[in-house]
Amino acid sequence: AGDARGPVPGDGTGPPAPERVLFPPTFSVSEIKNKQRRHFMFLRWKQQQRKEKLALKKKRRKEREALGDKAPPKAIPKTIENQRVYDETTVDPNDEEVAFDEATDEFAPYFNRQTVPKILITTSDRPRGRTVRFCEQLATVIPNSHVYYRRGLALKRIIPQCIARDFTDLIVINEDRKIPNGLVLSHLPDGPTAHFRMSSVRLRKEIKRKGKEPTEHVPEVILNNFTTRLGHSIGRMFAALFPHDPQFIGRQVATFHNQRDYIFFRFHRYIFKSEKKVGIQELGPRFTLKLRSLQKGTFDSKFGEYEWIHKRREMDTSRRKFHL
Amino acid sequence: SPQVVWSMLGNRQFCSYKMTTKTQNFCRNEYNLTGLCNRSSCPLANSQYATVREEKGRCYLYMKTIERAAFPRRLWERVLLSKNYEKALEEIDENLIYWPRFIRHKCKQRFTKITQYLIRIRKLTLKRQRKLVPLRRKLERRENRREEKALIAAQLDNAIEKELLERLKQDTYGDIYNFPIHAFDKALQQQDAESESESDAEREEEEDDDEEDVNKREFVEAEDSELSDFEDMDKLETSSEEEQEEEEEVEEKASHSKSKGKTPLKGPARRKRPYIEIEYEEETEPSTKTKAA
Repeated sequence: AGDARGPVPGDGTGPPAPERVLFPPTFSVSEIKNKQRRHFMFLRWKQQQRKEKLALKKKRRKEREALGDKAPPKAIPKTIENQRVYDETTVDPNDEEVAFDEATDEFAPYFNRQTVPKILITTSDRPRGRTVRFCEQLATVIPNSHVYYRRGLALKRIIPQCIARDFTDLIVINEDRKIPNGLVLSHLPDGPTAHFRMSSVRLRKEIKRKGKEPTEHVPEVILNNFTTRLGHSIGRMFAALFPHDPQFIGRQVATFHNQRDYIFFRFHRYIFKSEKKVGIQELGPRFTLKLRSLQKGTFDSKFGEYEWIHKRREMDTSRRKFHL
Repeated sequence: SPQVVWSMLGNRQFCSYKMTTKTQNFCRNEYNLTGLCNRSSCPLANSQYATVREEKGRCYLYMKTIERAAFPRRLWERVLLSKNYEKALEEIDENLIYWPRFIRHKCKQRFTKITQYLIRIRKLTLKRQRKLVPLRRKLERRENRREEKALIAAQLDNAIEKELLERLKQDTYGDIYNFPIHAFDKALQQQDAESESESDAEREEEEDDDEEDVNKREFVEAEDSELSDFEDMDKLETSSEEEQEEEEEVEEKASHSKSKGKTPLKGPARRKRPYIEIEYEEETEPSTKTKAA
């Protein structure tokens, strides 16, 4: 492209950009060797593109208004949730098989109100300040839970002791470089064990606009978006941590929200301002979990039977495929 | 001869096994007895030398004598020591009889140290071992990014609020929250479902009545001005919600009137007929943030 370049600035403050810049057909901005000029031309080109796009939008809007009622419905934007690859293990709410399974699995005694949850919270060896404080706060959030420190005890030896003392669940918070980064949740009388990767842990003092301490009332539980079979079992695991009858006077709610395989935990206090408006205020710690593996029996890393492990190469191939 | 070797390697010239640090010299030779670079512990500069080394959990005594100095392949003689600690010490003594005291002593010391660390290894393997799993930088970064995006997509506050309102609607909270409009609303919905046309007619009549009421505003004002304060309206009391409010046209007038201050009663005009029409309170008041006590 020899001389037909359109107005070229002499010293950067050339003639103002014309309304429509005419480029010869075989010209591309990237061919200019001079960086300053190239940059300038590129900006000009970008402006032009934007103008065209705006004009197109306006035109479309006018058309839409002109058509009035007969206009075609607005296109729904594609989101990752819309485009999610259909998972064949998605639970249909009317599925009898699933209902039967859930009536006879390890959580059945809890859901039949035969057992009251009693939780033991512990950490890996030598916990550091943040982890300790996080454990304490978690203990205030989950009713009927106790924190014990591990001084070099093997998990395999703790578990029979816990079962003997009537604990229903065991939570182990793994720590790395002074921050908690893993969670092992084990339902005790030979229940499934789930291993999570924990991230963005916020203690109570780090949450902005937080309320007062969580009280002793039993909170409600919200489980969102657990659709597949796997998600269902994990959801039930979480539900089994809390006693069955929430005390509504306490107005506290613990939420486990699953989005794209990340489980967000939040603890709020709510108040109904009117029947169509509710205000929530966050108390309590918050963290996100990502499931790494689900094991059938209690914690046993060598000989356990794994129901589900996250295999990176097989499961992370598609960005639209989620497992929970 | 060993003296010559030492004068060369030890002090002046280069010895590849020698490692110097600020305070000390070390010897990296695998046959060295003490690990330091000394005249007496250099295996190269001593023609008669012995060490204890361990291989795969078994300890051996290695010896070197002048006679075999010409045969490098046969230079180091190896003797397996027994597993029993005392017996092994006796074996060392037996083999190194008539050897210099220093070498004997150091061999026994070294042997003791080796057995101690072998015991520790065996004990540790029985306990649970911490497995170090290396983090993968790319994976960590990818997961963090995806987590942030999932957080934004989740819109947690909205989801929680929606869920709570759902539960309120489905009456899971029972009688704790007295929003009586709720019950009326259900009844009204049933009514509407049954007879739509009637309600339409009623609504038309209503509107006529509204206008009439607005014209009759003076009468209404004299009676009710003391009762209905605008201040009461601002507080979110259930009694205020029970006050029957108008549809949007009158509502806008009400909002205008509020902004002007004391104005003739245009807001919730009292109906003179025994007719209940419940509308929802529109959000025109500033929503006060209530701290849950």
